[in-house]
Amino acid sequence: MTEAYIYDAVRTPRGKGRKDGTLHQITPMQLATQVLQGIRNRNDLDTANIDDVILGCVSPVGEQGSNVARVAAINAGYAETVAGYQINRFCASGLEAVNVAAAKVISGEADMAIGGGLESMSRVPMGSDGGAMAMDPDVAFKSYFVPQGISADIIATKYGFSRDDADAYAVESQKRAAQSWQEKRFDKSILPVNDVAGRPVLSHDEFMRPETTMQSLGALKPSFVQQGQFGFDNIAIQKYPELEKINHIHHAGNSSGIVDGAAGVLVGSKEIGEKLGLTPRAKIRAMASVGSEPTIMLTGPEFAAQKVLKRAGMSKSDIELWELNEAFASVVLRFMQALDIDHSDINVNGGAIAMGHPLGATGAMILGTVLDELERSGKETALATLCIGAGMGTATVIERV
Amino acid sequence: MTETIKFEVDSDGIALLTIDLPNQSMNVYNQALIRDTETVIDRVLGDDAIIGAVWTSGKSIGFLAGADLNMLGGDGATTDGEDPAFVMNRIFRKMETGGKDRKLLAKEGTKPFAAAVNGLALGGGLELVLASHYRVCADNPKIQLGLPECQVGVLPGAGGTQRLPRIIGQQAALQAITTGRPFKPAEALGLGIIQEVVPLGDVVAKAKAWVKATPSVTALWDKKGFKFPGGAGAMHPGSAMTMMGASAMAQKQTQHNYPAIQAVLSCIYEGGCLDMDNAIRVESAYFSKLLQDPTARNMIRSLFINKQAVEKGALRPEGIEKKKVKRLGMLGAGLMGAGIAYVSAKVGIEVVLFDISKEAAEKGKDYSRNLNQKAVSRGKLPETKSNAMLDLITPTDSYADLADCDLIIEAVFEDPAIKKSVTEQTEAVIGKDIVFSSNTSTMPISGLAENFTRPHQFIGIHFFSPVDKMPLVEIIMGEKTDDETLALALDYVSQIRKTPIVVNDSRGFFTSRTFGTYVQEGYAMVMEGVKPALVENVGKMAGMPVGPLAVGDEVAIDLSHKVAKATKAALGNAYVSSPAEGFVEKMMELERYGRKNGKGSYQYNEDGTKEIWKGLGDHFVVADVQPSADEVRSRLLTRQAVEAARCFEEGVLLTASSGDVGAIFGIGFPPYTGGPFSYIDTVGVAEFVIESDRLADAYGERFRPPQLLRDMAEKGETFYTAGNPTGRVAA
Repeated sequence: MTEAYIYDAVRTPRGKGRKDGTLHQITPMQLATQVLQGIRNRNDLDTANIDDVILGCVSPVGEQGSNVARVAAINAGYAETVAGYQINRFCASGLEAVNVAAAKVISGEADMAIGGGLESMSRVPMGSDGGAMAMDPDVAFKSYFVPQGISADIIATKYGFSRDDADAYAVESQKRAAQSWQEKRFDKSILPVNDVAGRPVLSHDEFMRPETTMQSLGALKPSFVQQGQFGFDNIAIQKYPELEKINHIHHAGNSSGIVDGAAGVLVGSKEIGEKLGLTPRAKIRAMASVGSEPTIMLTGPEFAAQKVLKRAGMSKSDIELWELNEAFASVVLRFMQALDIDHSDINVNGGAIAMGHPLGATGAMILGTVLDELERSGKETALATLCIGAGMGTATVIERV
Repeated sequence: MTETIKFEVDSDGIALLTIDLPNQSMNVYNQALIRDTETVIDRVLGDDAIIGAVWTSGKSIGFLAGADLNMLGGDGATTDGEDPAFVMNRIFRKMETGGKDRKLLAKEGTKPFAAAVNGLALGGGLELVLASHYRVCADNPKIQLGLPECQVGVLPGAGGTQRLPRIIGQQAALQAITTGRPFKPAEALGLGIIQEVVPLGDVVAKAKAWVKATPSVTALWDKKGFKFPGGAGAMHPGSAMTMMGASAMAQKQTQHNYPAIQAVLSCIYEGGCLDMDNAIRVESAYFSKLLQDPTARNMIRSLFINKQAVEKGALRPEGIEKKKVKRLGMLGAGLMGAGIAYVSAKVGIEVVLFDISKEAAEKGKDYSRNLNQKAVSRGKLPETKSNAMLDLITPTDSYADLADCDLIIEAVFEDPAIKKSVTEQTEAVIGKDIVFSSNTSTMPISGLAENFTRPHQFIGIHFFSPVDKMPLVEIIMGEKTDDETLALALDYVSQIRKTPIVVNDSRGFFTSRTFGTYVQEGYAMVMEGVKPALVENVGKMAGMPVGPLAVGDEVAIDLSHKVAKATKAALGNAYVSSPAEGFVEKMMELERYGRKNGKGSYQYNEDGTKEIWKGLGDHFVVADVQPSADEVRSRLLTRQAVEAARCFEEGVLLTASSGDVGAIFGIGFPPYTGGPFSYIDTVGVAEFVIESDRLADAYGERFRPPQLLRDMAEKGETFYTAGNPTGRVAA
């Protein structure tokens, strides 16, 4: 069977996902376009060799609507033979897009494909695409729908994580991200964003707050108390009746940041790499997605990781580096607890709590980050995974070659 | 030509359609009125000499009170094989559009129909009004305009879930329909539900004037460019937030037990994406779905038909003259006595409120003073009325003051010696044919009657706490109680506007006995190592008002202890010990009596909040393996239902329906079930027996089903059959 290799991985810096964010002036189409152009230029690619571009996007409406992937390929000046489509696996869209690209290569449908994603959260706010899950009573009742923040707080309550646990995790994420930037650990992947005149606009992650301390976080009020009182805490308890009440520990400082950004990963067969003179950086060992209980919603990574390890024929001890999207502190705390993973082996360069989570792009970003880190630290194997809305997990295992 | 609607055309060519059901005091939608409604609409639309029509009612007390629930309750005959859930929608829509399609209607409009609302319009009554193009209402603030269908487990199925949100917006409509809260005319006018509020005598004239001035009309929502006030539809951010919030609140309030609430939310959400022709089809589909669900049938039977039947005197023995209690002798001015004095004085009964000291009696009267003060300060009760009511209550410590009373209710301490002494001293001063009743909740009535020389005039009148809020009164027949005594007790209950049930004597009667099993099962589970939070949450999820530990704290654990001790003493060897006893003993030892001393299964904080006492886990170790929520739920409901079935088998209960009404209104048995007997029927008698046996094998003989249920299961019998809402009668 054909195997899929990663030849390159790039990402834009992440801009604050608000009107005062530096990337707010840049269209989401430009973010995707510049990523595709970056992959082409860095690898001196004749894009006619690329069969497909798959981009994740979580709010695919308005200027992110109507198949951004195909349109971005056209806009980037790719060969017109390059197909494209947009997928939505919520927060794991970017990783799922890479997995789909790899699957196409493995199945023989494609020789080379790009998987990635984009999200301009400042321009197309979360929830812009509506959706039945929250607002159609038929679905909301049947699924015991609660918003994600409540789910994160259920995890904290059920598995015994305190506000201090979550805040300490967040402080460490900030510290690691700051150190990584200082030591230029992201340089290999970062693609500064330019304006239409070609002038640089943003070259670093601007959401970070390296000065964060336990004291500064302590001043923040929990974010989901009001939602909880509205009825969602009670729905959570109907699903988890062993809990007397929901302990609300999450706030803006220990949850992922709202940011703009895009990323792409170039995937291909061994043969296409040889033909084009490209050096593979890693092999994709296995991929998996799984559904999990939708009310607690964010515990999927545990099950996705177990599933992907099984498919790879590997065990936990075979993985040297772990990367789990920091959607909320409790998500990572629970993952470490469930799989008995040491904090020094996971998210070693910080994560979305410090740098932000551009929904559709994050999966491709963290895969690139962990690949860079494998190379920097001389390690071989890594597992990247994300928790996902509506209760899912997606995971990928890569191995350096 | 139409027996339920009078049809008169005036010189202007306006048809006056007067709804007036023969031989009924109130108009309701039954098959005849539905049929006649279509007939007169067809006639108005088909006769060129008629320019429009006005609906009104021939009843002085109301316009139209909604559907005849007996019709919905089960034997809903269909008309010509048409989907019965869609008939009214189709007829009202024909009135609204003149039977024209969208394009033609937009071009020509249709003949105007106006409603002249001269009294309350509820349910289908208000839906007829909403489907009329113009709506005039009399200015009487007592007129109620509402859609109360959800309260009996169905939804407004004649366009109410569609027209109301198009007039007042989705959020306001959600609130009005899910709560069933009616609007007053002035409020309805402000919201656009009504276009004119005028004196009663002018309603028809004003409606006719509008028809005369309106050659053709198109409903608001049939006009091009119509928008919901506040927005609607899947891509409208405000509507999305409204629906998300409404779903959350509704799930919190219903605990997923009331399908009608979700159906209303769905009708409003889905209808918000549609034109009226499609929207009413969606509404009818949800309406059909509810009618197929046993919840609606159970709720209609117990909450409406049977509740109303007992309130209207179904339990009263025939051939006995109706009496009115004028002066009540209330023995004991504690919480119960004070409450009974309040509800009695409130309806104009003089109350002699007796207690051991004048201070104690005055304290009992303070209860009424405080409630009145609150009502006065909120503007709900005029000061003069309050004073007049308080003047009716005479606190005293002298038995002599009881002399002229025409009914005595005793609510002193649950102590046999005290009861005996009070009864004897009272009998000495009262008239020789005056009925003596006891509000005891634990001591058999026949035993207490021995303290009275006229046991045929001794009866139990058992109230629930708080008396002013709890709707039920359980009347207990002693062995020798006669029918005249029962009739008087029922007349008194009717006077104070409570809902009665009548049961035979037994320790704990029906309600306390059944209720006790709920609390005890909760304690038993905690003893076994079930997490207290799981027990409490599942109690609420099962539809009980509060968890068993919480309610046990309210009742007071030392009281449970005392009752158990007294029962044990009275029954001797026949006493069956409860698995909850260990729990109660331990709590007694720890001096945790409940809310009364600030510590029970819960810890009561100074800020008024409470939480499950952390120390419970030290005394009742939480097991590693916890039961599923379904298992806990089955234990809590099955245990109560088994006890109710025993009461029925033993003849404590006389009918299934009195058990259902009593359990719902007395002890908060989940209303969606229709009560324990409806619950057994819905589970299936045979399945219920299997489940009870399973629980008995797993947790103890208290779950073992009585022989009655085994026999019924074998014969394929149920507690209720079609057309007989009273249900099975005890053998």
